Amino acid sequence: MPDATGLELLAKDLGDAALRTVYFREQATVEVDPGRIREVLSDLRGRGFNFLASVHGVDHYPEEPRLGVVYELIDMRKVDRLTVKVRVPLDTPEVDSVTPEWPTADHQEREVYDMFGVVFNGHPDLRRILMPEDYEGHPQRRDFPVGGEPVIFTRDESKWLEHRE
Amino acid sequence: MATGGTRVEVKRERLGTVGGTDGLRVKNLNAHQLLRGGDIEGPNQPAHLDGEELTRYVEERVLTTTLDSAVAWARSNSFFPLAFGLACCAMEQFQAAGPRMDIARFGFEAFRASPRQADLIILAGRVSIKMAPIIRRLYDQMLEPKWAISMGACCSSMGVFNNYALVPADKFMPIDVHVPGCPPRPEALMHGILKLRDLVQNDPEAGWRERYDAVGTEERP
Amino acid sequence: MAGAPRVSPAEDTTLSDYRRREQSVTLSALEEPLPDSGGDPTQELLTLNFGPHHPATHGVLRLLVTLQGEIVRDIKPIVGYVHTGIEKTAEDKAYWKVIPVVERMDYLSYYFNAMAYCGAVERLVEVEVPKRAQYLRVIHLELNRIASHLIWLGTSALDLGAVSIFLYCLRERELILDLFEMSSGARMHTRYFQVGGVAEDIPSGFAAKLREFLDAMPERADEYGAILNSNEIVLQRLRGTSIVDQQTLLDLGVTGPLLRATGNPWDLRKADPYSSYEDFEFNIPVGTVGDNYDRFAVRLAEIYESVKIITQALDGLPEGPYITEDRKVALPPRHELATSMEALIHHFKLVTEGFRVPPGEVYNPIESPRGELACYVRSDGSSKPARVHMRDPSFVNLQALAPMATGSYIADMIAATAMLDPILGGIDR
Repeated sequence: MPDATGLELLAKDLGDAALRTVYFREQATVEVDPGRIREVLSDLRGRGFNFLASVHGVDHYPEEPRLGVVYELIDMRKVDRLTVKVRVPLDTPEVDSVTPEWPTADHQEREVYDMFGVVFNGHPDLRRILMPEDYEGHPQRRDFPVGGEPVIFTRDESKWLEHRE
Repeated sequence: MATGGTRVEVKRERLGTVGGTDGLRVKNLNAHQLLRGGDIEGPNQPAHLDGEELTRYVEERVLTTTLDSAVAWARSNSFFPLAFGLACCAMEQFQAAGPRMDIARFGFEAFRASPRQADLIILAGRVSIKMAPIIRRLYDQMLEPKWAISMGACCSSMGVFNNYALVPADKFMPIDVHVPGCPPRPEALMHGILKLRDLVQNDPEAGWRERYDAVGTEERP
Repeated sequence: MAGAPRVSPAEDTTLSDYRRREQSVTLSALEEPLPDSGGDPTQELLTLNFGPHHPATHGVLRLLVTLQGEIVRDIKPIVGYVHTGIEKTAEDKAYWKVIPVVERMDYLSYYFNAMAYCGAVERLVEVEVPKRAQYLRVIHLELNRIASHLIWLGTSALDLGAVSIFLYCLRERELILDLFEMSSGARMHTRYFQVGGVAEDIPSGFAAKLREFLDAMPERADEYGAILNSNEIVLQRLRGTSIVDQQTLLDLGVTGPLLRATGNPWDLRKADPYSSYEDFEFNIPVGTVGDNYDRFAVRLAEIYESVKIITQALDGLPEGPYITEDRKVALPPRHELATSMEALIHHFKLVTEGFRVPPGEVYNPIESPRGELACYVRSDGSSKPARVHMRDPSFVNLQALAPMATGSYIADMIAATAMLDPILGGIDR
């Protein structure tokens, strides 16, 4: 975790791709323009952050832009962490895929697509990974209902059916 | 050898006529005489048994039953569970097959990998909507007679997670015994399996209310 | 419907493309000759389905394996068969109630799931965990690590054919589960870790029983090593198979014993210590070649290291509170409820609504038996989390199966899956 001033310097180096910085609970986050995520990550790789630990999605409902993708980077030599965030609106949820340079993002971007509906341009195989492939809807959006089913036990089936009729 | 060659001595004796402590003592397996009670020779030879005594003698030594009960007894004591674990309950299922809570002492240690060879499916873990058709296909591939135990709260009744991703097992297949717990202890799983064994053997109403004559204590709807 | 011609599911246009592919059972659709084989029928690629129900895949993992003879040419894992919607369920519950939900994710290392989550919430709420609670957490985490490695060893040996090791490992795991039952009342998914510390102090007799276990465990681990290391079949199957170099694994985001087997000593307990791990002296076992045998040896050695850590933690266990004294976050002890009005109010508020957490986002990583397990919690100021995401190590490590298994035999693929140690609950969440 670079400290707050280190974070500001880093953001300055990234130029106008970095929109905001947040230093919260000793964790550094840089919010980045969605169209430039690939070059930002390559830039950070050059600075030593060569391990992408996690790619995950967030739904910021009701704030706009709603869908966010969070990239967690680690610098293994200096034992440093950095979070890079990207936010896209719901009607154009497109982000460039970083899978060609960071193969670890393959399954993780598929999961973000499955759960939030963020489309990753350039991903080799963007299909649903956790839900069945023909499922409709993106479950982890905040306005998707939690769901649930009533349970009827086998021995009660006849009584339940009578009750229904 | 029969003619006495190769330096082996051959002694010819007549079976059934030898007495005493050395030599070959052969019992003449004469069922008629055995049923009549006692030894054929020697000091214990009782009088012939008749009527009541004979019936009692036979009942002590021979078991008679109907073919159905015998088959049910054999089936219930040799379930072949399908080696099928989904999630956390599978870990407790392993422990039930482990050395402490040994499932083998009941005769159920032959976990078969193929559903064609199994007759008991223990659904151990949560059933997601992607997995439900596959479990149904497995259950269909099993041969009759087959039973199903739903182990744990998740497959019995949605458990901790009542949400879009899970399906209760009763929705797509018939379940004979539900074992509650999250995860149920191996002892609880054994209790469930033994209940199923009773079910298969006797087909009773195994509820405690019947057993302890407490009918009338049900909760009011 | 009696007169309508029967359409086979493979041609039924009302079904989606995915379902039609699934229903097609003709193998001719799956066999294709190799491009440079000139139509030679002995040079065909066969795509097999190692279905979700398979005795040798650990859990419900589906593998689409493309074979040329017995050599694996391509492998595609398909997951999602235990997807439980844990993260969605967690958004619906108060912070305290999320702990049991999140514990059931990676179902062999339940204390680690709880630790990652509680650590994240503690960072958000800025509450400090007392020293005794940290040491108790370390004891339980390392016991869970040993238990997880024991199941891994048992099931992997079962895959390789050494059936008796499975029963030995289960015997040891019973001892560990007894200890868990002593401290928290449940064998698995104990809800022992709470935000701010642990739920209860360890009972008397726990320390003695733990010492007995610690005395016995290294000898038992020696037994496993002796049995497996002198087993010719195990050695032949593991040595020199599924070698992947370090840079490929780093690109794939792999952490944990898989990465350590290639020689990279990245372990969050040493690199970025949390929960008093810096107080303990232990080594990080590291492999040299990066084959299956190194992965096996690294995990076996980690059992000894965990025993060392627990011994040090038990010897140095400090006195003090076992949960934070901040009553806004942790429940007050029961005897206070009878005497103090504030305690009653705090108890009421915590149990009904739960504590509120200031808005913000936190990513809390720890070292689980499979690699970097992290919990991302986003809070919007209310008493329920707005997003809980568990970065599960098995989910990312599964991507390493392709380089490990391609180019080798099916039997090596089975060994590679076993050494990968995937836990489908974590992969699917």
